[in-house]
Order: sequence, then structure tokens, then C-alpha cells
Amino acid sequence: MNPVILTQINKTYRLGMVDVPALTDINILIRPARFTVLSGTSGSGKTTLLNLIGCIDKPDSGEIIVAGQQVQNFSDDELSDFRAKHIGFIFQNFNLIPVLTAFENVEYPLILAKIPPNIRRERVQMLLKSVGLLEKADNRPQQLSGGQRQRVAIARALARGPSLVLADEPTANLDSHTGAAIIRLMRRMQKHWHVSFIFSSHDPQVLAEADDAITISDGRIVSVRRNDKNPDAETAK
Amino acid sequence: MNTLILALRNLLRNRRRSLTTLLAVMLGAISILLFGGYVRNVIYGLETGFVMQSGHMQIQHADFFRFGSGNPAAYGIANYRAIIDRLKHDQELEGKLSVITPTLQIGGLAGNFSAGVSRTVIGQGLEVAEQNTLRQWNDYQFPLSEPELPLTGTGPDATVIGAGVARVLQLCAPLKVSDCERKGASTEASQGKEPDDIAALAGLDNPAKKDNSTQIELLAPSPHGAPNVAQLNVVKAEQQPVKELDDIYVALHLSAAQKLIYGKSTPEVTAILVQLKHTSDLPAAKERIEKILSQDFASQPLTVLDFATINPFFTQTISMFNVIFGFISVLIGAIVLFMLGNTMSMTVVERTVEIGTLRSIGLRRVGIRRLFVLEGLFLGFLGASLGVIVSIIISTIINHSGLTWIPPGRMLPVPLTVRVWGEVSLILCSMIGLMAVATFSAWWPARRASELNIVDALRHV
Repeated sequence: MNPVILTQINKTYRLGMVDVPALTDINILIRPARFTVLSGTSGSGKTTLLNLIGCIDKPDSGEIIVAGQQVQNFSDDELSDFRAKHIGFIFQNFNLIPVLTAFENVEYPLILAKIPPNIRRERVQMLLKSVGLLEKADNRPQQLSGGQRQRVAIARALARGPSLVLADEPTANLDSHTGAAIIRLMRRMQKHWHVSFIFSSHDPQVLAEADDAITISDGRIVSVRRNDKNPDAETAK
Repeated sequence: MNTLILALRNLLRNRRRSLTTLLAVMLGAISILLFGGYVRNVIYGLETGFVMQSGHMQIQHADFFRFGSGNPAAYGIANYRAIIDRLKHDQELEGKLSVITPTLQIGGLAGNFSAGVSRTVIGQGLEVAEQNTLRQWNDYQFPLSEPELPLTGTGPDATVIGAGVARVLQLCAPLKVSDCERKGASTEASQGKEPDDIAALAGLDNPAKKDNSTQIELLAPSPHGAPNVAQLNVVKAEQQPVKELDDIYVALHLSAAQKLIYGKSTPEVTAILVQLKHTSDLPAAKERIEKILSQDFASQPLTVLDFATINPFFTQTISMFNVIFGFISVLIGAIVLFMLGNTMSMTVVERTVEIGTLRSIGLRRVGIRRLFVLEGLFLGFLGASLGVIVSIIISTIINHSGLTWIPPGRMLPVPLTVRVWGEVSLILCSMIGLMAVATFSAWWPARRASELNIVDALRHV
């Protein structure tokens, strides 16, 4: 099953008295368990597209199917529950909850899902171990470096075992060395958990690592590159 | 880690602001509790005063309260001893009763006829020993020591009059009444011997009138309207707390009052005072007495009136203080409301990105609302709790400071006390009220936070 199918998506923002088209006639099919990158210049519409896929924004028209479910008509509570179950988020600024420890940040989505404490503990420890931060479990975000924070954010995104993880420029606030390490980690996690990762990035390191790369310009898809052994790359019209 | 802990930790994030808000709530709680404690003290003081003077209830002729002031003796209770005995030996009332004592109210004319002066008075015939017991009632543990009645240990013809009566009857010098100097010329009636008819009436029982300057004559009508006169010996002029009372007050032994009104007829009384050990027993005791009266003494039209009915001043004072207390509480509540609302609004602005993040990872709107409302509730609870503790400390200091004041209806100063400790209903109501205000003030910012657009919240700088 394709984790994301977007059909004829249009989205316009209103700036004062002017309507600014953010996305126009977007049709995307994200393949399962792939490392997909949305690339494009600043303002091209990458983040808007990620927001729509992440069910935190709604299109003006078109159809969005995520994890096999048509989501654009969901109520707010249904969307919240859907996000909690199917989608993990990784943010450019890490967005960890500052009053919670690394352990508690990873645990929080599991609490929302009412997972029993003993199972939560095991899963969080396993995730923190897999991102190499088990010894920092009791540290609060301000006691961690940028790279460490992003690793905690990755663990949090994977906490509930989502089918889709969205990352909006996850290396933008990291130095190149740390950024590369984070990309490798995400790649490893993606393969290990068989999760679909979608990034917005114009980082060449990320693009090089991608299975699929979708290029956006002025709110339109200009190219889709499928990078695997049996390439079926297609170019958007 | 749950929402409660998350809310608590969020409060510690900006400690200075949380502390300032906490102080505002705490000061609000202290103000409400100290004023409430003072009001409680005034109300308990008034209640104590009334119960000491006239008991918790009075058994009266059914019409005495409304019509008895014109001719009290016409509304007497016959066979009052039987009623008292019946009540004293009732099993349901046993253990609740403190004192049952009869009184006889007299409306008459007090005269110092040798000085040619007289004035209308209201006399009270009392059982002195029982009245002294009545005055020891102190259910609220006030630091009071009520002196015995001046009639204690005196002869049957003794009387105590108000200082105002003594002034009018020109008895200032022998009774050592202060503030008796006249600024203008005397316009009193010509001095001389008492009228022959008065002398004759008084002479029936006092053929040899002494030339004693503290003697007065008390003229009162019998139940049938015929005048009787008693010659009484004033043992003391006692200042009464209210001038209107001071100018008409006469107290005498019940036996003397009955002799004056009823002569050789069967004596009656105008009221039977019933004092209970605890005011909380009043409704049950009143109901029981009414039942006994209707069953065993149905031949007389009797009624039972509680002290609040007999003394409308009591309920009026409570109403006044309740209005003031309510007004102050509303003002303080409004201050707390705006202070806490402002704090929560600032918190929402500061944590906009965090709200967006929490919503992204699946927290519902109601979860965001719950989080911020809980933070407000915590501030309200902590502030109110600290306010209770500090109020108890301050009230203890005040209660031991030795400050005194003269409450309405009293002549002597009493220690200034503020009752907070032990006032469970006051403490609980204040805490719940402040917590409700805190919750309400957090609710609007919480609602705003929950309604934030997730994308806009994540973009917030």
C-alpha cells in the first residue's frame, strides 16, 4: 500500500488582499518504505506539501490519501488521532518539549496512545538505545547538543511505530558533519523499521541518500526521480 | 509523566512570573480569609451576646412579641413552673439544655418623687442566680469574663437602673453616675414630697418609708389596669450599651416584679428563656419544645421564638456583613481573574510553537485546553493553600496581640480576634472560590491555545 497518494491538490494562501498559490495540481504517489525527498528552492512549496501530507493543513481542493485513508474530510479530533497513530514528525528546530527529559519526550506519544507504562518504558529505552542516547535519557533538551536533540526527535517520531515519518529540513540547523550523521541515522532507522520517510530538503547529502526525489518549483512538481534497481522514473508534465 | 506533572513543570518554567501570580492569588486568599475571619468573629460575638442576655429561645404568649410592649403583664404565662419542670425533665432535651429561667417584663413609671421627677421605664424581673448562669454561656470560647449581675446577693427590694434613668431621676450623686452636670437651669418639676396617692399606694407595703436617697418608686399597672407601686432600693446605676435602653432600663428580682404586678394573685411571667449548650441544637430543641407545648400546655396560646427573631438586629448585621464580604470577595476575585488571565495569555504566546508541536504529534484540542486550565488550577490551588497557611499565622498573631475593640451592643472592650483556624467552611469556600476563579481565568487563554492553527503555531517566532 502506498503511504501517500495526492491527487489534484491545490492550495492558496491569502496575504492581505492577494491570493498566493502555494501548490498547483499536485499529483504524488509515495512508495512504501522509501526515503523520499522533496526538494526545491525556498518558497517553492515543500513545507506546504509536507503539512498537507502530515494532516496539519488542508488543501483547497484535491484528494489526500494517507496510510490508505482519505483524510481531507476528517474532523479535527479524528485528524489528531490519525496523526498520533500513523505519522511521525521531525522538525527543523527539533521542537522537543523543554520541560520533559529525553525519555519523557519519546514517551509522550505513547502516553497519548494510553500504552501501559511497562511497555512504554521498554519501547522508549529501545528507541533511545537505537539512536545512541540511552545514557542521556534523563537529560532535558537544553542539556543536549543540536544533534542529540534531533536524535531524540527521531526516536519520538518513531515511538508509535508510524507508517510515515515527515521531516521538514531536519539538518538545516545542524553543522554538515552532524547533519550527515543524522541522515545516516534516519536512513538506518527507515530501513530497520520499514517506514516511509519524506523530507523537505535542498541538502545535497540528503538528495544523494534518497530513494525517490521530488522536485518542486513555484508550487508545481517539476520532476520525480525514482532511484532504485528497476528505475521507473517519470517526469512530471 | 502525565498532564498534571507536565502542567506543574510548565509552571516552574518561568518561575518569577509564576511566583508573582501565586503571590496575587495568595494575597487574595489572605484578604478574603482575614476579613471573613473577622466577620465570623463579629457574628459569633453578637450571637454570644444575645444568647447570654436572652437565651437561644423564648417561650412567650403567642401575641406578646407583637402586642406585649403596651401592657406586658396582660400577656403572661400562667403555670410557668410546670412548663419549666416539664422541659427540664424531657429526655430529648436533656443534655441539650443549659438554662431555663423565667422573666417578667414590666412597663411602668419610675419616680424619685421626693425630687419631683419620674420617667417611663421597662423593667425586667429576673431570677438572679439563673441569669448569672445564663451569662456564662461561651460556646465560641471568647476570651470573656462576664461579671455577675449587680443584683446578686441583694434583698428582694433591690433594683438596678440604667445610668440614663439615674440621671433623669436625679440620683447621680448617691449612685456615682458620671456625666451628670447640667449646662442650663433646671426645669424639673418643683421638688417636694411625693404625691399623697403615690405615697398611699406605696405605703400599703412600706408604711415607714426611709429617707434614703437611692430609693425609687416603681409604678406599674396590673393585668387589669389598676396601678400598683413598689418602693425599691437602687443598688447600682449600670451603663447600658445603647442609650435608648440606658434611659429606660430597670432590673429587679422576679419575686418583686411579680408582687408589683400580680399582688396576691397567682404570679405569671412574660417569657421563659431557654438557653442551649450549643446553638447547633437550636432547630431540634425548638421543634421539641413546640411539640411539648402543643401537647401538654395546649390551654395557653404559647409560641417559641429564637434569638434571631427576637433580635432583628442580629440578622440585619449578618446581612450587612455578608454583603460587604461578598463585595470584597468579588473585587478580589476580579483582580485575581485578570492577573491570572494575563499570566496565562502570556504563557500561551510564549509556548505557541510547543502547542503546535503537541498538536502535530496527536494531542487533541481538549488536551491543550486541559493542560493550560490545569496550570491555572494549580496556581489557584497553590496560592489559596499558601494563603490559608499565612492567614492562620497572621490571625494567630492578631489574636495574641492584645488589641481590643468595642463591638456594637457592648459596653466593655473585647479582645480583637480573627477566626480562621477551625473555620472549615470559610476556608473551603474561599479556596474553592479562588480555584474556580483561577480555572475560569485560565480557560479563555486555554481555549485560544487549543484553537490555534497548527501550521501557524509551528511557524511562530
